[in-house]
Amino acid sequence: MTTLEAAPRSRPVRRRPSGWHLVLAPIAIVFAIPFVQMFLTSVTPAKDINKFPRDFFPSALTLDGYEKLFQTSDILLWLGNTTIVSAIAIVSHIVLCSLAGYGFARLTFRGRTFGFLAIVGTIMIPTQLLMIPTYILFSRIGLIDSLGAAIVPWLASAFGIFLMRQFFISLPAELEEAALIDGCTRLQVFFRIILPLAKPAIATLAIFTLLGSWNDLVWPLIAINNDQAFTLQLGITNFQGPRRTEWSLLMAGNVVATLPLIVFFLFAQKQFIATMSFSGLKG
Amino acid sequence: MTDTKPRVPAAEPESAAHTALPESSPGFVSVIGSPAARNPRDRRRRALRDNLEGWGFVAPALVIILGLSLFPAVWAFLLSLQEWDGFSDPVNVGFDNYAAMATDGDLQAALVHTFVYTALFVPTSVLLGLFLAVALNRRIRFIGLYRTAIFVPFVASAAATGILTTYLFSPQFGLLNQMLQFFGIPPQGWLEDPNQSMVVITIMSLWGQAAFTTVIYLAALQDIPADLLEAARIDGANPWQVFWHVVFPQLAPVTVFATIWQIIQAIQLFDLVYTTTRGGPLGATETIVYYLWDAAFKQLEFGYGSAVAYGLFAVTLVITIGVTIYSRRSSMKAF
Repeated sequence: MTTLEAAPRSRPVRRRPSGWHLVLAPIAIVFAIPFVQMFLTSVTPAKDINKFPRDFFPSALTLDGYEKLFQTSDILLWLGNTTIVSAIAIVSHIVLCSLAGYGFARLTFRGRTFGFLAIVGTIMIPTQLLMIPTYILFSRIGLIDSLGAAIVPWLASAFGIFLMRQFFISLPAELEEAALIDGCTRLQVFFRIILPLAKPAIATLAIFTLLGSWNDLVWPLIAINNDQAFTLQLGITNFQGPRRTEWSLLMAGNVVATLPLIVFFLFAQKQFIATMSFSGLKG
Repeated sequence: MTDTKPRVPAAEPESAAHTALPESSPGFVSVIGSPAARNPRDRRRRALRDNLEGWGFVAPALVIILGLSLFPAVWAFLLSLQEWDGFSDPVNVGFDNYAAMATDGDLQAALVHTFVYTALFVPTSVLLGLFLAVALNRRIRFIGLYRTAIFVPFVASAAATGILTTYLFSPQFGLLNQMLQFFGIPPQGWLEDPNQSMVVITIMSLWGQAAFTTVIYLAALQDIPADLLEAARIDGANPWQVFWHVVFPQLAPVTVFATIWQIIQAIQLFDLVYTTTRGGPLGATETIVYYLWDAAFKQLEFGYGSAVAYGLFAVTLVITIGVTIYSRRSSMKAF
């Protein structure tokens, strides 16, 4: 252990390489192995996979796994389904949670404190408690086995409202006051002045919603049995039974399900980290 | 079903100016309220308009959230007092479902498995996060690469992680056994061995979630004032002493938060069990939530499943409150 704080910003003298490389490089490699294996296996010919010991790198590259995946499964349909769920979830979260967050942060109305406490209180309720009644409710209104079942629970969240309220409280009020005096309505102020300022909070909210809705498994598993309405995660999970030995196909499915988020992460790493530090996210 | 909950906003969006203003300053009201507002009838009309406006902003989200959480939570309690399979007429059984939990051997086994996973996962994830944060909190070459490699598994879904786990830990051809063979160690059963399956699930959970504890520790480390460390060093403390006597106490709130958070996550383990072992082998990885899911959606025991869910809720609350109180007390002693 050398120093603990971030090393001084610019030190003119070139120092010898840090000993921490010896710690960090192996850890980074271990963390990278599962995804590397996923990509490699998805392009490995079948004959390479069933031999032991297997070589880390395939003898040839092939897209057979992908070809078979697209031909024999509805993966593109599921990809479309998940994209629809996540897109609606993100837009709806941004609109509804920003509106509510702004209302709770800035407007004065009767029942405001009570309403906000009720929202925050629901954060304590574990999802497992809600699965059974929500399933019964959704089957009564005919949502079960349709994509709607996956969409509705993602329209808004207590977390989103909490996040946006925290942000709006920190904005100076003078901005809106000036616009209100100029005769703008509240909604105009909200859409023209407030929302454009809220970009960092909206980015956090969008990433949070994207990760959660894209990767959700337990609820679609309960609510959707019809493979035309499968989400991507549900689809690749169901591969495991009948196709558990077709590894290049399985890994190709994994790549389709994971690559969009990996690419997103690489481009918006800073925002992802901000989101991570704001929430626990994974279940 | 949102699997997600907020935490104390340690890291607020950067651009946010930390000047929480009162919702509407008196000057603000008087500007908007025209002179006519002195008239009581106008004032009442204005109050009505404010209420309508406020509720107009919050109602859409509020209705959805309460409709999908508070309402089902109450309903779940009513269900827990019934015996019902979803088709025939429900029978009121009072608190029999709760009483049945006490003598349910499978549920107790699930409780033990969940406890084993929690005991494996929570300390390792907190310590690993602390270690990785300390390691990553420096400006050296390739640091961006290291961070990316360690953080990117965070986006992996349980479904993808499950498939990767079965592949990497396959007893017949998996990479892990191949590496063991290289060192002359006999192949292990991993997910197919009741004694090892929970360890494998823990390892892969850590792979996917180490980023979370690392990120919150990193943020906390960067918040420690530099002069504090400087002062300790001038007083002659070695780096090890600086860490344990200056840095670590500063991280206490994060440690408490991370511990509570990871306990809640661990108690609710389901996804990765479903996508790897489906509770096997020999029920060795059947957790409480897996048992609950099976009771409710495979055996169609909606009443009993709801009772188990309430039991889980109670346990989570008790642990959260317990850890909070314990840490308050012990940290008062420590500081």
